[in-house]
Amino acid sequence: MTTNSKLLKPTIFWQLAEEISESLKWVLMTLSIIIPLVIWLLVSSFAPIESVFLPSPLAVIQALVNLWQQGFLIQDTVTSFLRVVGGFFLGGFCAIPLGILMGAFPSIRSLTEPVIGVVRYMPAPAFIPLLVIYLGIGETSKVMLIFIGTIFFNTLMIMDAVKFIPKELIEVTYTLGGLRKQILLQVITPYIIPNILDAFRINMAAAWNLVVVAELLAADNGLGKRIVLAQKFLRTDEIFACLIVLGVIGFALDLSFRLLLRWTCKWSVNR
Amino acid sequence: MHLKITNLNKSFSTKRGSIVALKDINMHVETSEFVCAVGASGSGKSTLLRMIAGLETPTSGKITVDGTEVKGPGADRGLVFQSYTLYPWMTVQKNVEFGLKLQGLPQKERWELACYYLDIVGLTQFADSLPKELSGGMKQRVAIARSLACHPKVLLMDEPFGALDVQTKERMQEYLIEIWQRIKCSILMITHDVEEAVFLAQRIYVLSARPGTIQQEFTIELPENRNYKIKREPAFYHYTDTILELLRGTNTEESATQISPSADLL
Repeated sequence: MTTNSKLLKPTIFWQLAEEISESLKWVLMTLSIIIPLVIWLLVSSFAPIESVFLPSPLAVIQALVNLWQQGFLIQDTVTSFLRVVGGFFLGGFCAIPLGILMGAFPSIRSLTEPVIGVVRYMPAPAFIPLLVIYLGIGETSKVMLIFIGTIFFNTLMIMDAVKFIPKELIEVTYTLGGLRKQILLQVITPYIIPNILDAFRINMAAAWNLVVVAELLAADNGLGKRIVLAQKFLRTDEIFACLIVLGVIGFALDLSFRLLLRWTCKWSVNR
Repeated sequence: MHLKITNLNKSFSTKRGSIVALKDINMHVETSEFVCAVGASGSGKSTLLRMIAGLETPTSGKITVDGTEVKGPGADRGLVFQSYTLYPWMTVQKNVEFGLKLQGLPQKERWELACYYLDIVGLTQFADSLPKELSGGMKQRVAIARSLACHPKVLLMDEPFGALDVQTKERMQEYLIEIWQRIKCSILMITHDVEEAVFLAQRIYVLSARPGTIQQEFTIELPENRNYKIKREPAFYHYTDTILELLRGTNTEESATQISPSADLL
């Protein structure tokens, strides 16, 4: 209870940009999950709302268990996940060299930045009809959608990271006898690895959104398709269950990128 | 080693016309010599060093090292910057090895040379540290070791201690004298700190500003084996006073505007 009384002190709670204690931090972070859950529980138990519209947390857990037992949960999750991974990493591995070249060479930047600037403002879901016409409703169209929806943002973020490399770092490499190719591969690339991981982490959210959009519109399986099916039978508990799964997986992906950054780039953490 | 700069000029073009940064520079550095160029900001001294390093091209004139004209950057002219330029993802050891790696030296030789130069700058025990774990002075010592490991014909230094506090700066100057005496490398250093220049150099070029020209050349006849105590000797005072007076005479704002009407652009 000591932490709770501390929590109420405005002087600690409202410290501007000041670190708070580790214990208080964990209490607040737990509350951030628990408070919405409690509100949900209260509203669903006491408010006059039909359970068809707002299922109780327990009903949602039950739906989760059912989906798990029927094997749909794991099957749909894996399907959606593989689409995301396929499209995202295909896009990522094109974005890395493209972003580095655009950042390092103003000539390539002038040649590509305008067109990328226009295309990235075309909402990726608007490409779905085209992709279905070109590629059908199979895996290829979904992977391509995620590819289109993430490659430009990744490219531009990587390009920006390259532009911000201190000029002296490149110049000093020249005076150590470095050649341009060596500077690209051995100075610029390692320097921006933390930025690449961060760009991937941020744009992974977009990929995860797009896969569901694609599955909502046209698919045989996947978490998005599961939501559409649940809607047909008014199974709001299953819709809620799928939404929670989507959120948890997204959060886990975010976290794993952060951990990867911390393990592989010790030099850049708390720079 | 013979670094020779003849009739060097450098001008930049801006919206309001061209500005002369350096005018008629003639200077030289010989084997195992420690030379400083002193000047206030606006004297184009950084530009001068960057041209010797090959990072910028002169408008006219010639820079040669052992008779070969400088056409671009190369490992024969090492450069230590004022800002910290260590590769942050590499350990100290890897940083010092990096120039040798770029030149394709086998792993073992790289390692041995890096160890030797880390010993010279007194940082052997930090070989496995990351740059972010070092103090500013240590970072600059690693940068010096990294440059020296490539065996440059001349080591160029662009106010390497400018970002350090006074105490650290003084210690670094002594380190540098020690290193120079030990391996007898040729050094050309630029600085705005007159005391630093007199303490370190055997010869000093004083640059006036707007446009940067060599105003006078001094030979510093102090014993080679210098330590901080020399800064209290009358001879030392004499040199710093003379040079400071010289700089004062040419670098005031009024005289600068008289010399060149476009001075405010610099």
